[in-house]
Amino acid sequence: MTTLASPRAADTRPARTHRRPRRRTAAPYVFLAPALTLFALFLALPIGYALYLSFRTVEVKGLGLGAGARTEVWAGFDNYTRALDDPEFLASVGRVGLYGLLLVPTMLGLALLFALLLDARRTRAKGFSRVSIFLPYAVPAVIASLLWGFLYLPRVSPFYFLFDKVGWDAPQILSSQLVVFAIANIGLWGGVGFNMIVIYTALKAIPSELYEAARLDGASELVVALRIKVPIVLPSLVLTFLFSMIATLQVFAEPMTLRPLTNTISTTWSPLMKVYRDAFTRDDIYSAAATSVVIALATFALSYLFLRVVQDGRAFSQESR
Amino acid sequence: MTTTSLTRPVVRVAQPLRPERRERPSVLGSAVLVVGAVYCLLPVLWVLVASSKSANELFSTFTFLPSTHLLDNVAELSGYRGGLYWRWMLNTALYAGVGGGLSVLISAMAGYALAKYPFRGKKLVFNLILAGVLVPGVVLAIPQYLLLAEINLTNTYWSVLLPSLISPYGIYLCRIYAAASVPDELLEAARTDGASEWRTFSRIAVPLMGPGLVTVFLFQFVGIWNNFMLPYIMLGNDRLYPLTVGLNGLLNQGASQPAMYTSVITGSLLSIIPLAALFLTLQRYWKVDLAAGSVKA
Repeated sequence: MTTLASPRAADTRPARTHRRPRRRTAAPYVFLAPALTLFALFLALPIGYALYLSFRTVEVKGLGLGAGARTEVWAGFDNYTRALDDPEFLASVGRVGLYGLLLVPTMLGLALLFALLLDARRTRAKGFSRVSIFLPYAVPAVIASLLWGFLYLPRVSPFYFLFDKVGWDAPQILSSQLVVFAIANIGLWGGVGFNMIVIYTALKAIPSELYEAARLDGASELVVALRIKVPIVLPSLVLTFLFSMIATLQVFAEPMTLRPLTNTISTTWSPLMKVYRDAFTRDDIYSAAATSVVIALATFALSYLFLRVVQDGRAFSQESR
Repeated sequence: MTTTSLTRPVVRVAQPLRPERRERPSVLGSAVLVVGAVYCLLPVLWVLVASSKSANELFSTFTFLPSTHLLDNVAELSGYRGGLYWRWMLNTALYAGVGGGLSVLISAMAGYALAKYPFRGKKLVFNLILAGVLVPGVVLAIPQYLLLAEINLTNTYWSVLLPSLISPYGIYLCRIYAAASVPDELLEAARTDGASEWRTFSRIAVPLMGPGLVTVFLFQFVGIWNNFMLPYIMLGNDRLYPLTVGLNGLLNQGASQPAMYTSVITGSLLSIIPLAALFLTLQRYWKVDLAAGSVKA
């Protein structure tokens, strides 16, 4: 093509625009193709399959021996009623509910406090504190549980050593009453830094003229923090809350890792542990699927409700012009 | 940033009004930060000390009293079943490195398409992705396992790698970064110059989205590195394990043979080092603005 010759440019324009729209209409689909393929294979299909399985069950004829003795049949809502009636499931939901109540407010409260302190003018040791508090995010939950697990063991723990020196009876943190605190502490340790960084980033994005005026009017750092900074980072807090809630419902690695160190954590301590046990030690994938679907629906419902109530969905819809 | 240059004169005017108030450090505030830092460093400090102890010192000497057996412990760990531990380390690097890299590419392409092209079904795709963000990923692990078992892919590298490649949240972030950092005029200019759509993306959009993509990569990398349930379910052969599953298994053995504990502790320390190093070098990229979605680089 001789399109580069300037006098001709005007003539060739229509020809090009003729061609370009077709190229450009295909482009977004090409760019999206890998993501959508993987989305379909590893998100949509498993969800569909889990739903399907949750409505199926195995019917055993006779002794259950030989081909055709075990057939998969439609089960209706049987798996669901069984899952929801199961005292073990309800107990695991109760434990994780308590775990979430302990963890989420503490973690987000501390994350907000640390972020505000990092953003405040008069605090010192900021670089050191920021890096140190964020560091646990780089430690996998399994490793974190392992480290804390040893710190909880009376024979290893420095806390028990100190209590012993003072002559007090130390509380047994891995006892059945307190183990939920032990697990919540691991979640707090691993999560507070990440949430702090999210909130801190939002704080850094606030143009400082916004509170310069308030400062000139004599507002203290505390008033500036509570009246100006907190309301502005509220959308970030909403999202960190949401992600923390989702993570709470999925707690699995921490209790699984602590199990060898104590006999107070059952195989059904958290809902996902029960799903795992049903699917892999009991070979009952149908009720495991039903329980998974219940957990997924609960997550969705909670997230949706939360976004509606707190923000009217602002955090997300703001973006989806 | 333009905001700083704008506000600087204001600050200078304000300074003489209350100079000592600005300067005096807040003892309480700093103390709270330092206590938080100490709490976060405590287990890391402990693992450093504990991995220098021999098996019987672990349970008999004061927790924070270091010893001299670090190298012995590392040697013992390395000797465990012909260096299985180091194989776990390599596996983890493979899962997280390759998985994270490919996942960022896929997310960047999708996010760019969603931010920069008008096309039919765009709203539907975006809503799907948003719904995907809220899907509890771990709940997917069991049906994913069953599906991969159907095609005999469980207990292979693929079974951990493939499900890690799709990240709705990564796509969501990339869409925000593309919208915020790639001007339409630049894309138009490239197209007018005859650049193909792919070339426009790879030569213009990707460099502009750079800092954001680094954040997404770190997200994915750490996410895969930390993942436990997926490999735990998918893999039976311990030569394919990542560190998390491998160390969990070692700890389980420790319950019956406590001498294993030194290896578990040394293994934990060595597993923290690479990620902590990556973290400290790249931490300036961690500017995660979830809500406003803007990246300031």
